[in-house]
Amino acid sequence: MSIRVQNIVKRFGAFVALDNVTLDFPSGELVGLLGPSGCGKTTLLRIIAGLEAPDSGQVFLDNHDASTADARERQVGFVFQHYALFRHMTVFDNVAFGLRVKPRRQRPGADEIRRRVQDLLSLVQLDCLADRYPAQLSGGQRQRIALARALAVEPRVLLLDEPFGALDAKVRKELRRWLRQLHNALHITSIFVTHDQEEALEVSDRVVLMNRGRVEQMGAPDQVYEHPATPFVYGFLGAVNLFHGRINGYQLQVGEENLPLAENGFQSGTEALGFVRPHELDIDTDLASRAGIEARVERVLALGAMARIELTGAMGEATCHYEVELPRERAAVLKLSAGQIVRLKPARIRLFASDSQSAEQAPYLPVEHMVGGYGENI
Amino acid sequence: MKSPRVLPGFPLALGYTLVYLALIVLIPLSAVFLKSATLSGEQFWAIISAPRVVSSYRISFGISLLAAAINTVFGLIFAWVLVRYRFPGRRIVDALVDLPFALPTAVAGIALTALYAGNGWLGQWLQLAGIQAAFTPLGILVALTFIGLPFVVRTVQPVLEDLDIELEEAAASLGADRWQTFLQVILPVLSPALLTGFALAFARAVGEYGSVIFIAGNVPLVSEITPLLIITKLEQYDYVGATAIAVVMLVFSFTLLFLINGLQIWTHRRHGRITG
Amino acid sequence: MSAHVAARWTTQTRRFEKNAATREPAWVKAALMTVALLFFGLFLLLPLATVFAEALRKGWQVYFAALAEPDARSAMVLTLLVAAIAVPLNLIFGLAAAWAIAKFDFRGKQLLTTLIDLPFSVSPVIAGLIYVLIFGAQGWFGPWLIENDIKMIFAVPGLVLATVFVTFPFVARELIPLMQAQGREEEEAAIVLGASGWKTFWYVTLPNIKWGLIYGVVLCNARAMGEFGAVSVVSGHIRGRTNTLPLHVEILYNEYQFAAAFAVASLLALLALLTLVIKSFVEWQGRQSMHTSQNISEVIQ
Repeated sequence: MSIRVQNIVKRFGAFVALDNVTLDFPSGELVGLLGPSGCGKTTLLRIIAGLEAPDSGQVFLDNHDASTADARERQVGFVFQHYALFRHMTVFDNVAFGLRVKPRRQRPGADEIRRRVQDLLSLVQLDCLADRYPAQLSGGQRQRIALARALAVEPRVLLLDEPFGALDAKVRKELRRWLRQLHNALHITSIFVTHDQEEALEVSDRVVLMNRGRVEQMGAPDQVYEHPATPFVYGFLGAVNLFHGRINGYQLQVGEENLPLAENGFQSGTEALGFVRPHELDIDTDLASRAGIEARVERVLALGAMARIELTGAMGEATCHYEVELPRERAAVLKLSAGQIVRLKPARIRLFASDSQSAEQAPYLPVEHMVGGYGENI
Repeated sequence: MKSPRVLPGFPLALGYTLVYLALIVLIPLSAVFLKSATLSGEQFWAIISAPRVVSSYRISFGISLLAAAINTVFGLIFAWVLVRYRFPGRRIVDALVDLPFALPTAVAGIALTALYAGNGWLGQWLQLAGIQAAFTPLGILVALTFIGLPFVVRTVQPVLEDLDIELEEAAASLGADRWQTFLQVILPVLSPALLTGFALAFARAVGEYGSVIFIAGNVPLVSEITPLLIITKLEQYDYVGATAIAVVMLVFSFTLLFLINGLQIWTHRRHGRITG
Repeated sequence: MSAHVAARWTTQTRRFEKNAATREPAWVKAALMTVALLFFGLFLLLPLATVFAEALRKGWQVYFAALAEPDARSAMVLTLLVAAIAVPLNLIFGLAAAWAIAKFDFRGKQLLTTLIDLPFSVSPVIAGLIYVLIFGAQGWFGPWLIENDIKMIFAVPGLVLATVFVTFPFVARELIPLMQAQGREEEEAAIVLGASGWKTFWYVTLPNIKWGLIYGVVLCNARAMGEFGAVSVVSGHIRGRTNTLPLHVEILYNEYQFAAAFAVASLLALLALLTLVIKSFVEWQGRQSMHTSQNISEVIQ
């Protein structure tokens, strides 16, 4: 079943959680809602589920306006970040709950309920735990029970709020793969919220990037990663190096130095920001060269197949930090050592006008900050 | 258990605690049991099963049970309103719930009597309806409901405040209506607190003296509570008789206390919090 | 970030009512509110109002005369005296018990905690009775006390003992859970930094339990000044000598001096109201500090 949200606005006091959001979620796809804490992604999910009412805007489920429908009537499966399992009920009773509270006419018989719950428990591979209480389960098991419980009422849509947020890294990875397989088997239109870009890119058919209550970009994972539409998306999906300069023909003038540009849609004299991914930078140890920008090696980290080099450069008064990723062999050839002065040569620069409205919001530098998690979301 | 004690003062603190507890509570309480041990079994039985005494049990325990039941129902509603609804004056109402704890029982006693007496603010209306509250068992019920009121409210309130809103949202998204959610999701979580509050209110009511004697009328066999009977026997210098009845009450209170403690430990072990 | 945190707080307090999924129908809400407020008015507000209405029924002059009367005065002094002895005793006990139970592990801790609560489940009448059995004329020490001309029962020491018994758990039961929740790390850090035991207690523990301590003391004091059943048994009702305020109320009431009885009762009711005000303030303080720390932790996240 398809989902469409149209012109959704939601405020909490002075805080704008959703600012005129319009999105289409195609039928049968698994979509990841990705963004930093407070970007409004959970609020959007709760509005789709009917757990929160928008200040204005509409929610269409299967082209029917469901905006005024009660959460009970929407047939939406919702999986909560902290599972929200009923702790006084056994696993079996938890999963059976949605079937047992149906009006008498629609309620399946006891045998039918038993059969369906057993089927779901085997689907989530926990049939042996039917008589346990939630307190006796591990985090990953609880999450799977929460999912089974949501699936029991045969929802038309499955919504998952930070489904792996409370789990440790290893279980997270396992469950991620498992959720993907489950979706391939069931093909229910599903939306899940996450602040973890790796998770969103790995699991979803499609990614929606949100920031400050707005949609920044929607697309397939490789598309948004390779072709970020905004500086925010560029910064949010993976590490990035930033060059602040002025357009000068087919060159970006950074301080005293110039970086060549392959393409240029800007007029000369425009203030611009150049984005370069760490693997798109090369290092030149030949100081006689005038190409690239001068920088000083601070640290060389050779981990696995890639070597990561941290550098600093001077930009007027300020110091800026760069990060370069090279194949290990290449790094070995260069024989880099801390304190060495080198030149950085970008293979590709993505330009944004530096006065573009979202530029000041993008979490650019230092690079390290983009790699970690973002904490709890609203 | 065997880790070295880093912090000082353990022997002093524990020693003082035990000595003080023994001197103030344990040894004096044991006096009751030692004194009653001077009686033979038959004598003891004769005292505690005398008709006037038995009828006082019926009044004390029966009306206390009823008062605790009333408090359980209304205490739950009260706690619900205080936690879930915002209305002007909520803080004042919330603070005044503890009035029965803070108001001296004698003051409560004379106030309730004045209120429910034939010429009182409420008594005159009740009298019109043909109901006599003061100086009857109904008056005892009023007093015991008053003093037991905070127990259920105060045991249920924190549990209700802690109750994860997501549980109710989950129930709603699974199709449960509000009443089903209350019965199947909220009430089971609240029930240990309700039971604890009920037991605390019951225990307090059984031993209550000050607020009851003014309004009860204290007619033997009709509206005479057990604590009053102990006082009556003391005033007649019948120490042995008073002690025997006290033993019955103490055994009952201690049983209830250990049941309440057991209940709390049991619920804590069975359903630890699972969120987070 | 702070705007977002603030927004979160305002939303959470009203979340149940705003959210269609967790909101009762309007008529259910109205019915529940009516029942609760009716119960509140009938059982709490009216009795309280009655005390003051009855006290002032014969005018302010009678009211003040009742309070100025010598027997009333001596009852006030005695009540203050008894509380001034009983409350500090139980305060020291509460601190010692909480220190032992919250900061150390030992066998029988659960039993000890239960035993401390014991006086709450004993009828006040029995609390008086036990001291009569020990110190009364026919009691264990009765003959010895008479021989040495020491009066315990029907005298101030008996009143103090009975009051100590009924207010025994108040401070301890406030402090034990509080100190257990706070753990031992701060004290251990202080000791490692070289502080003495007393300094650790004074500069680290005490500031942390300040509000809980005040809370316990206030409740303990209210009960100590208002206790009726237990002191009634050991007092002997000697006017001007062993009558506390609640006992004085009873005597006036039984002598049909209703206005005077309620005048003295209104003093105790004011004390109760003051107790509730302090209690609410302390709770509010506690909640404030909790909110602040939660806000900070959210901002850090």
